[in-house]
Amino acid sequence: MSSSKASSSPVKSTGLHVGAIKPGVAKKDPILVADGVRRQFGGLVAVDVEHVEIPRNAITALIGPNGAGKTTFFNLLTGFDQPNDGKWSFNGKSLAGVSAFKVARLGLIRTFQLTKALGLLTVMDNMKLGSTEQRGEKLSASLFPFLWKKKDAEIEAKALEILHRFKLDEKKDDFAASLSGGQRKLLEMARALMTNPELVMLDEPMAGVNPALTESLLEHILNLKQEGMTVLFVEHDMHMVRHIADWVIVMAEGKVVAEGAPDEVMKNPAVIDAYLGSHQDIDLGTVTGRITLPKEK
Amino acid sequence: MDFLGILSSSVSFILAPTTLAYALATLGLAVHFGFGGLLNMGMAGFMALGAYGYAIGVLTFGLPWYLAAFVGIGAAIVFALILGIPTLRLRGDYLAIVTIAAAEIVRLLLLSSAFGGVTGSADGLSGFNGPGGTITNPTEGAGGFDQSNPIPAGTYGFPPFLDNERIWYLRIVGAIILGLAIFIVWRLVNSPWGRVIKGIREDEDAVRSLGKNVFAYKMQALIIGGVLGALGGLMLAFSTNVNSSVYVTSLTFFLWTALLLGGAATVFGPLAGSIIFWVLQAFLGLLFPALAEVGLMPFSTIQAAQIKFIIVGFALVLLVVFRPQGLFGNKKELTFVK
Amino acid sequence: MRTRSTMRRRIARLASALSAFALAFGVLAIAAPAQADVVNAEMPFKVSGNVQNEGNPVGGVTVTLTGAAGFTATVATDAEGKFVVGVPAKEADYTVTLDETTLPDGIAVIDNPATPFVEANVQTLTVGPGGRATMNFFIGQGERHTTSFIDQVVQRLISGLNFGLMLALASVGLSLIYGTTGISNFAHAELVTFGAVATFGLVGLMGPDLLWIAIPLALVLSAGLGWGLDAALWAPLRRRGMGLVQLMIVSIGLSLGIRYTYQFFIGGQTEQLPGSDAERFKLFGSVTLSITDIVSMGLSVILIVAFALWLSRTKIGKATRAISDNPSLAASSGIDVDGVVRIVWIIGSVLAGFSGILWAYFRPGIRWDMGGQILLLIFAATTLGGLGTAYGALVGSLIVGVLVEGSSLFIPSDLKYVGALVILIGILLFRPQGILGRKERVG
Repeated sequence: MSSSKASSSPVKSTGLHVGAIKPGVAKKDPILVADGVRRQFGGLVAVDVEHVEIPRNAITALIGPNGAGKTTFFNLLTGFDQPNDGKWSFNGKSLAGVSAFKVARLGLIRTFQLTKALGLLTVMDNMKLGSTEQRGEKLSASLFPFLWKKKDAEIEAKALEILHRFKLDEKKDDFAASLSGGQRKLLEMARALMTNPELVMLDEPMAGVNPALTESLLEHILNLKQEGMTVLFVEHDMHMVRHIADWVIVMAEGKVVAEGAPDEVMKNPAVIDAYLGSHQDIDLGTVTGRITLPKEK
Repeated sequence: MDFLGILSSSVSFILAPTTLAYALATLGLAVHFGFGGLLNMGMAGFMALGAYGYAIGVLTFGLPWYLAAFVGIGAAIVFALILGIPTLRLRGDYLAIVTIAAAEIVRLLLLSSAFGGVTGSADGLSGFNGPGGTITNPTEGAGGFDQSNPIPAGTYGFPPFLDNERIWYLRIVGAIILGLAIFIVWRLVNSPWGRVIKGIREDEDAVRSLGKNVFAYKMQALIIGGVLGALGGLMLAFSTNVNSSVYVTSLTFFLWTALLLGGAATVFGPLAGSIIFWVLQAFLGLLFPALAEVGLMPFSTIQAAQIKFIIVGFALVLLVVFRPQGLFGNKKELTFVK
Repeated sequence: MRTRSTMRRRIARLASALSAFALAFGVLAIAAPAQADVVNAEMPFKVSGNVQNEGNPVGGVTVTLTGAAGFTATVATDAEGKFVVGVPAKEADYTVTLDETTLPDGIAVIDNPATPFVEANVQTLTVGPGGRATMNFFIGQGERHTTSFIDQVVQRLISGLNFGLMLALASVGLSLIYGTTGISNFAHAELVTFGAVATFGLVGLMGPDLLWIAIPLALVLSAGLGWGLDAALWAPLRRRGMGLVQLMIVSIGLSLGIRYTYQFFIGGQTEQLPGSDAERFKLFGSVTLSITDIVSMGLSVILIVAFALWLSRTKIGKATRAISDNPSLAASSGIDVDGVVRIVWIIGSVLAGFSGILWAYFRPGIRWDMGGQILLLIFAATTLGGLGTAYGALVGSLIVGVLVEGSSLFIPSDLKYVGALVILIGILLFRPQGILGRKERVG
């Protein structure tokens, strides 16, 4: 699959919204809809989202200053935390009160800000763990290898293919702890793909990644969209956001304060003042200039 | 000083039924902590339930020994469920404290005179392996374990393993149970189930985010390890009387020492660690008093017998600090996930 | 990078730590008793017995044996109501006296109607050619005078407060150590025992009249032990970055090693500190208190108040709380974390040691595992109040103390610890941060 075209000029989705653009605007085909989600820690209101919809098969960026509640919102949506109030649904199915592992089984996969590659397992084991189809993971079946050996081979083949894409196949038998930070991020993303997700939520996928690896990651995220998945990611690097995001949601102090296509959102004066600073168009970022690298072949 | 005698007595511990019993319990601890990351400091409680469950099954319910054994195993499963449902979401050191407390509650209940009719309180229970029976009716009832021994009466083997048919029967039964247990654990650990458990040990949330029901896995590990502990207690009950004074927290700590000595995240480590531990403790327990008697140590013989425990304590410290993966563990796989 | 001065400092620190240990245990070794109360080479025969109250064992009751040639031994019944005394001669008579003041209130030894003029709590027995004899004291309800329920409740309450204050001294140390270092220190029990054992050793050296010197001296030794433990063991391990689980297991090993060292020196029997059989006097009704109870409660309160003031007023106290809250932030704002932690260890050990002395008077009796007996209660108290907060430890201890003592009104006395353990589990399940703790933010 040719990827150089995707990285140099991603095809943006447009017309995702219905009606006038404002925080909480409805989407034509939302995959995730959240209403009145509220999380309070003592006196501090960490999340207070009135209404937000995530468009299907698009790449949505969730941006905002530190402490805006983005990770907490992720935790709430995926069942890793319980809100004080609110409801949200995934593909029309309510997720309120659904435990984290069940949310994952429904097709909503998230990664973590602090990468959770399982260092004490090999890369291949990490990948195999991602599969949801292995019957041998049940206690009853695990004692009889003939029940799961064949499936394990299939899963291994699929894992190898994905690892090859992520250029990690040579490390498949190494312990994940021996990978570099960036490689672990790739592993986490690769592993997430093993679950055949519909919606992939990435929490700061670029954090701590060296610039060389960034292009790789961007490509992979764009591939997710090309393969029909929806992506929601938290990021701080505005150049990257502007480059690949189809839609941007801005959070501040727990609330959604702005939404829209990347260029327009970043021109929103309130957003600029609160978060971006008014020098965003001047090249201060890490990614500008590196995205259009010499084309591959 | 009979050094050869001391050596011979100690070596005999390698195949002692009690060593096999402790090896079973240590294997259970390996499933709990080595593979599952569960800090179970209450293994003595599981052993007590296995032993007392069996004894009470024979004496109070009049069951034959092979059914009474399931009473012990069943009690351990129930205990694991009661313990696990509320506590498995607790942080490591909290779980440790809860499990110690739970095991102590079990011991105190077994010790209390309130239930003395069934448990024998401070005296414990005896006479359940032979044909003679219940506490209230010593001539009736049958455990029948001794009767099931197919080996004809006599002494077999060669020194230091020269024993009567009863000990040999215990050895064989113990070896069979232990062998099966090791095989099953080995199978489990090298299966996809084992993979999930090892992932959970390191990072629950990561595994949860991949769609696995972490709680169910932990509970399964808790139950499996608990059953192994109960089997250990069962072996003890086959060998000798049951008494609550055996199932104290110190026993759990000794099991942990044996576990860490062998290698917590290995399948054969528990067996190796148990053998080394109990042979050593027998050896030191005989050596020091003998030295004291001959005047080579400035302590009384009673004091000399205590030295081995002091050594165990400090050896555990050194083990954890300098070689946490034990003798056979893999340093890369790291026994202790921070 | 190890410079020579660093090495020298490390050696100096290790040497001081070792001397602190040597001093502490040296006192023990010198003053270890001739083991009069166990069966051994000097006392090869034994008298054993039971004290039971209507079938329930009574622990902590003092029994004294006297015999020919001035032989005398005093021992207290253990938790199962049993006692064992080694005696020097067989085919001899001994007199056994049960000290009724050490019985729980409202009960006394049942008079034998056949011998109305003989006091039932004094018996004679003969150790025959077998070298062993057994005897029992049977006790009944209210032979002397009836005890109203209210009186019993008040007695239990006072007893519970006494016990709770004593627990508090041990618990605040544990709680602070947990707060500043994150370690659940299982060896804390041994610090408690140390106070009692060191006092006993010093009294053995200096004589019972100098008890008032022995106690402060024992506390100084406790401080030394705490300092030594941190200097030689905990601080280096912390610097290594050792994980909390490993540290906890280290503390378990340490607990085992020290505990059996105590047993090595003082044997398996129970010893008493001078004054443990002090007169009890009536408060009102049948509620009694002894002078040791009052002194112990008073001193506990003074120490706890002093400690609370230290925590809230002094710079180091505040630094301690800062570290408990957020160690890295505290360190980056210039607080010498290692130094403060060292001080916490010293203070915690002193408080634990004093608590051990009080525990020796309360039980009554000193045993090698006496600290271990209440370790779980200390954990219960600290988690109930909130691990890491000193005030929480105090509140939790008082509640646990009253609960344990009070529960013996309703459930058999050999189960009285079960109530506290159930509470411990319950708290960890439903409110792990305890009463005064703050809920930890997950992730």
